[in-house]
Amino acid sequence: MNAWRAVAGRPLGAICLAWLGLVVLACAGADLIAPHHPQEQDLSSVYSGPTWAHWLGTDQLGRDILSRVLHGGRVSLLVVGQALAAYLVLGCAAGVLAGYRRGLLDRVVLRLGDLALSMPAVVILLVVLAIFPHDESAAMITLGALSAAGLARVVRASTVAVREEPFVAAARVAGLSTFRILGRHVLPSVIGPVISLVALVAGSALLVEASLGFLGLGVQPPEPSWGGLIAEASQAIYRQPWLLVPSGGVVALTAVACAVLGDVLRDATDDRTSREPLSWRRMRTQVTRRPGEPPDEAAVLSVRGLSVRLADGTALVDDVAFDVHPGTALGLVGESGCGKTMTVSAVLRLLPPGAVVEAAEVRFAGQDLLSLDERGMSRVRGGGIGYIAQDPVASLDPLFTVGDQLTEAVRHHNRGATRAEVRRRVVDLLEAVHLPDPPGVMAEYPHQLSGGMAQRVAIARALAGEPRVLIADEPTTALDVTVQAEILDLLRELRDRTGMALILVTHDWGVVADTCDTAVVMYAGQVVEQTSVQRVFEAPRHPYTEALLAADPNAAVPGTRLPVLPGSVPAPGHWPDGCRFAPRCAFATAECAGPVAMTAEPMRGSYRCVHPRHGTTTGARR
Amino acid sequence: MLRLVGGRLLWSVPLLVVLSALTFLLAWLTPGDAARVVLGTDTDPAAYARVRSQLGLDRSLPEQYGTWLAGAVRGDLGRSLFTGESVAAVVDSRLAVSLSLLLLSALVIAVVGVAVGLVGALRGGVVGRALDGLSVVAMSVPTPWLGLVLVVVFAVNLAWFPVTGYVPAAQSPGGWALSLALPVVCLAAGGIAVIAKQVRGAVVEVLGRAYVRALRANGLPARRIICRHVAKNAALPVVTVFGVVLIGLLGGSIVVEQLFALPGLGQLTVTAAAQHDLPVLQGVVLCFTVLVVVVNLLVDLVTGWLSPRAVTR
Repeated sequence: MNAWRAVAGRPLGAICLAWLGLVVLACAGADLIAPHHPQEQDLSSVYSGPTWAHWLGTDQLGRDILSRVLHGGRVSLLVVGQALAAYLVLGCAAGVLAGYRRGLLDRVVLRLGDLALSMPAVVILLVVLAIFPHDESAAMITLGALSAAGLARVVRASTVAVREEPFVAAARVAGLSTFRILGRHVLPSVIGPVISLVALVAGSALLVEASLGFLGLGVQPPEPSWGGLIAEASQAIYRQPWLLVPSGGVVALTAVACAVLGDVLRDATDDRTSREPLSWRRMRTQVTRRPGEPPDEAAVLSVRGLSVRLADGTALVDDVAFDVHPGTALGLVGESGCGKTMTVSAVLRLLPPGAVVEAAEVRFAGQDLLSLDERGMSRVRGGGIGYIAQDPVASLDPLFTVGDQLTEAVRHHNRGATRAEVRRRVVDLLEAVHLPDPPGVMAEYPHQLSGGMAQRVAIARALAGEPRVLIADEPTTALDVTVQAEILDLLRELRDRTGMALILVTHDWGVVADTCDTAVVMYAGQVVEQTSVQRVFEAPRHPYTEALLAADPNAAVPGTRLPVLPGSVPAPGHWPDGCRFAPRCAFATAECAGPVAMTAEPMRGSYRCVHPRHGTTTGARR
Repeated sequence: MLRLVGGRLLWSVPLLVVLSALTFLLAWLTPGDAARVVLGTDTDPAAYARVRSQLGLDRSLPEQYGTWLAGAVRGDLGRSLFTGESVAAVVDSRLAVSLSLLLLSALVIAVVGVAVGLVGALRGGVVGRALDGLSVVAMSVPTPWLGLVLVVVFAVNLAWFPVTGYVPAAQSPGGWALSLALPVVCLAAGGIAVIAKQVRGAVVEVLGRAYVRALRANGLPARRIICRHVAKNAALPVVTVFGVVLIGLLGGSIVVEQLFALPGLGQLTVTAAAQHDLPVLQGVVLCFTVLVVVVNLLVDLVTGWLSPRAVTR
């Protein structure tokens, strides 16, 4: 079974499994391997510490602790096993029934489960023990039954999910019995989470057993149990504190093993790799500087030699350079997976955790961004370079109103503004992005907004810091076609009014044609062509640009077949040597296998190709 | 919000009834009854019949339960089989001790658990892994054993705290705090670990959301993003688990009170359970159930306050 293999493959899981196996076997075979009888007294050596004769010492009657731990484990592990049996049987039965039959039964099971989970388990166990004195089995089976609600929920969810699958419907039509269907399809999908839960419940059941034994409500002395041993140790904390070590130690170690095993199993069945979990610290993008060309001092944003790598060294963006001049708009174009978003995220240092930036130069308004620390970067973000994300609704905090979030941004960028001034500015911003009824919008939560409204709010927030460059990462992809045009109109209008520069990340040539002055075409992490928007449509030099233009649905002639670009962008880590577009290129020759540098044409732009195209007008229009 | 509270209160009625009825049913199922308990080894059938009718045991089960329920509504929980004291009075006299212990522990769990979880989520790396490991250990140590270790180290060897016993706050606030220090640490340890794990998971989950990136892109300082946006978004799942932890504390408090000889409800429960003093046990169960209802209600209120969707819906 996969789950077991996954556990055995993880050292921690294997250690825990080995310990549990050892403990269970040793306790089961206590009669054979225990060096002494658990009641055998040796009054000549009472309260001895660990010795050769008594590895774990002796108690007040000189009884061997190791033997008592082994025999006690038999009692404790047995009742834990009973609790687990009750847990499994009741939880699985209730979960499968509720999930498979649904309806009233489902609701009843869920309600009862809620009730069981909101009861104080130990208090109920005490009631059970008051009525069945010293009957630990009764108490632990009750515990298993009470905890079963958690298992039932998991099993029910899986059953419901499997029940909706078409192959289950097919199996039912084919006349397979319900029992077979459950065994064949439901069981495999729940087995991983179920075992994980069983391990976790085993750990807590063991702790409850220890508590009951300690309270003297469990198995009666002189019969040993793990909880009872802790109680006996508590009588001797002045004489022989050592007794605490073996008695509590075995319970704690076994409980730890159960808890760790449960976690490992959960991670293994969830397909959660054991990679480093996210943390705020890991979210900071690390940058290093490398030598390269100097920046363009006339540009408001000038980037040279920008590369992005994952932690394992896979390159996502490779040696990208571009300039944005004040008041102009640059379009970053390419298919999905070409590294456009990574490029702009690297400029802002908002890359996914683990990715690192290497660059020769990132200069913004005369400021060297590579020399800034995270705090310095946070001053540039918003105030210097604004950013609008792809999914507008997700980029707003769902728990705060639009007014809250805009007020927060405005107040942050205008220190010392009065309450009235801030409010005035928020209303101005909402009016600037053409949202009707600003006070009404301010009271709304993000989930109450349409995609277009949310994008306008996100733009308003990005404008709060009066940025000199606004980066819009596919600002219209998530929106309706009609709304797309409005948002683009808005961005153009804002650029004209405020004089800020725009970087538009897009795969839509229409957006480039309508809004941009320069086009930077990216393919497989590299810039392959960079030129004015007019030239890119009239005379693309790179075959990729040409092919991408030809495949543009906006330019398609009605009634003809739209040419498609065969193949797909190679994934990072699988980029070919030499020209990366060569495998998909109709004009590729043997020369394309060697390294290809950017070729600059004075006053025209630059391209990365050994046989550039000579100005066919495939995609020309407008 | 009112509907939310009303719904929860309505839902708590069956909880109270079911638990008390269950106690009755279990008591009725057992061989031998309260009359036997009172009489002990005295097996005179006449005496047995007399005591049975005194205790109302000769009536039908629903009738007995009805009588108890009617009394409970008026605040009369019957009398102890052993001491003859009014159960309501006994419970009342012990409530303050238990509430001191529980409230202090809840406070410690909330403060320390959130702090530890936040440190793990923000720092990550080695610190995060160390805290993870510590959490697993803290969750897996048996409560009575942890208490004994604390006593041996801090009360016996270092003598910083009294070994056992309880000093009422009215008598000496300093003594009250000292007498509760070790019990609170012992009771809170497991809960701290659970909450820390939950906080870390919830915060990490929120850190990965698009709006956190958008807030960073907007230049908001880390402190503001974490304290305002991440905290509020991560709070919802944590509050729910905090409720479960609080309910679990009730069970832990029984062990801790017994261990540190605190004269609270938990100790009373153990005594009653050991002596089969069912009227007392029923009173204590009722009292614990009311605490559970209060906790669930508070959780619902906080959840409702935190999520705007629950209100606008």
